[in-house]
Amino acid sequence: MSFLQNKIEKIDQYLSDHPKVKFILPQALLLVFIFSIIGYFSFNASSNLSARGIDTGFGFLKNKASFDIQFSMIEFDSSMSYARAYLVGLLNTILVSAIGILFATLLGFFFGILRLSSNPLASGLATVYIETLRNISLLLQIFFWYFTVLRLLPSAENSIVLFDFVYANIKGIYIPKFVWTNLNYFLYGLIFTFICIYFFNKYANNLRERTGKQLPKFSISLGLLILIPFLIINIFGVGLEFSYPKLDIQMGIANYIGGVSIIPELIALAFALSLYTSTFIAENVRAGILGIDKGQKEAAASIGLTNTQVLRLIVIPQALRIIIPPTTNQYLNLTKNSSLAAAIAYPDIVLVFAGTALMQTGRAIEIVTITMLTYLSLSICISMFMNWYNNKVTLTER
Amino acid sequence: MNVLNFIRKKFFSSPIDAFLTLSIGYLIYLTIPPLINWTLIDATFSGNTKKDCVAGGACWVFVKMWFNRFLYGLYPNEEIWRINLAFSILIISIVVYRFLNPKFKRYLFIFLVLPFPILSLMIFSGGFLGLAPVDTREWGGLFLTLVISIFAIIFCFPLGILLAMGRRSNLPVIKYFSIGFIEFWRGVPLITVLFMAGVMFPLLLPSGTNLDKLVRVIIAITLFEAAYMAEVIRGGLQAVGRGQYDASKAIGMGYWKSHIFIVLPQALKLVIPGIANTFIALFKDTPLVFVVGLLEILGMVNLAKTNPYWLGMATEGYVFVAFVYWIFCFAMSRYSLSIEEKLKTTN
Repeated sequence: MSFLQNKIEKIDQYLSDHPKVKFILPQALLLVFIFSIIGYFSFNASSNLSARGIDTGFGFLKNKASFDIQFSMIEFDSSMSYARAYLVGLLNTILVSAIGILFATLLGFFFGILRLSSNPLASGLATVYIETLRNISLLLQIFFWYFTVLRLLPSAENSIVLFDFVYANIKGIYIPKFVWTNLNYFLYGLIFTFICIYFFNKYANNLRERTGKQLPKFSISLGLLILIPFLIINIFGVGLEFSYPKLDIQMGIANYIGGVSIIPELIALAFALSLYTSTFIAENVRAGILGIDKGQKEAAASIGLTNTQVLRLIVIPQALRIIIPPTTNQYLNLTKNSSLAAAIAYPDIVLVFAGTALMQTGRAIEIVTITMLTYLSLSICISMFMNWYNNKVTLTER
Repeated sequence: MNVLNFIRKKFFSSPIDAFLTLSIGYLIYLTIPPLINWTLIDATFSGNTKKDCVAGGACWVFVKMWFNRFLYGLYPNEEIWRINLAFSILIISIVVYRFLNPKFKRYLFIFLVLPFPILSLMIFSGGFLGLAPVDTREWGGLFLTLVISIFAIIFCFPLGILLAMGRRSNLPVIKYFSIGFIEFWRGVPLITVLFMAGVMFPLLLPSGTNLDKLVRVIIAITLFEAAYMAEVIRGGLQAVGRGQYDASKAIGMGYWKSHIFIVLPQALKLVIPGIANTFIALFKDTPLVFVVGLLEILGMVNLAKTNPYWLGMATEGYVFVAFVYWIFCFAMSRYSLSIEEKLKTTN
């Protein structure tokens, strides 16, 4: 040990005697290392690829994909390009992540608060839920929902019917499809409404600060939100009809046509992702609420606020500040974990692009790079949004 | 009366509370009895084939007959003693470790971290001293899960320390390289990293070199986990008081000496719970190696359930794997919690 100590001491001594070496040497070494690795890899890659007769570049994105995708939010068939297939995969990834984030947040808050309940039955249930699901591999949970639970659903002939228009069977869940006429007018109208509400609120705040006069902000905003779309629907003739799923039997095989079909892969994935992530969010929520000083609640109670008011006006706004940063991390994790979709063949970006497209074109380097960069950009987008939100709720101290 | 009062206060203190109690009670009534029936009362434990399972409950015969495969993968039956030997040494060393005096503790620790993993890898793959060689393609099951996670965590540790120190360095190239490296790996999902190891990595090596698939996977997971480890360790470095740096400088210690002997020991002790959590996350992520065709415990179950003699056994297999994962992860998370508590009281 003393030998080692002496060596380290000598290195330190030398470095402090030569500040220039201390500054330049490690950085130069690192740069040489990085560039030699990059050079080595690219040399090997180019010789390997030319040996196999594969050309490089991103031109293949325009080629015909010639494969089908089972589920897509935009039109896609095998005559379209790889770039289009990439877009389909990306949209599917975003769809399942968005659903997952929504339900994980709701469940997380519910179980986080339930775990703090004074009722031992309720807190016990929340503890069992959290400790069970967070300690089991996510991939296993996806398999469990997909291969075990969803396989219990009946065949198409004996579908479970909910409210007369939702059909659930082993091939998925079928819901009515919205068929709009003049939808674009309606959407423009909605955007216009939100702009109106935004400026109205700004005006009302301004008025209050100048004169102290309170306008009924909430009711007027709500009124605008109902009135303007109502006018637009009547003036431009926006219509909404439903196309209901119908049972269709061809050559003895039953199927539902019309409506929107939600494939079982999406359901299993969304279920597993939201349950798994909700356990982590629940722990964040619990830590956030426990992190509020008891004096805050007592002070609020002593000035006469009711229990709900204490929770709504004092505890939650402060707890949010503790909860948001770690929850952002969970949102990022959920988005990244949605890539496990490939295991049950939900056509997300990994399956469509890094799976099928890579298999067909053999362009491993380009495709893996694009996929990784896509996830990086998604991560950056989410963390930017959450940082913006976090800045909004943090205490502005004067 | 006292009991009634107690029940009223605990379970029915408000209308919402009463509603919660009643609905959860109903939920328990709905789920627990069928669950117990399925797992224990109606389950079949004895027998050798699927036909023995007639009771209608779980068919644990499936797990029994495939037990060795779930644990050891396709590792040859007559060679399994090697795996058992290595893991027995590991477990015994960990138990003995608690009772040793500090001097021997240090030697045992160094043995466990450096020569032991290499030695056990040699024992597993064989090919010397008359041990039959076993190809890594035959490695699998829980054994593979443990090999991947333990080796990845050992290798990512020094890398994580260097990256954490690099991120706090005031040399711009080193600082921004560390930041870029950490943020890149933290921003991409593990599955794409494994795709990289599986299909992209061979293209980057000279043609003809055939790096073992398992080695590629461990390298990829090591790089990935090192980024997470670096962030955990950085937290520890920040938590060590400014005074420690200043004091070590004041008695004439340089950068490396003060880090190795003063700052890092304290920082690492602070982040043991964080390291344990990283390990748990890594352990839970190992099933993803299916993308390159390695079959750890979950992969083995997926293989077994497609066996024509054992169709329809998916649930039993998944419940078994869930149980194994749960035991490991729950034990580790409790351990990290207990250390956290201890650190809280000593500080």
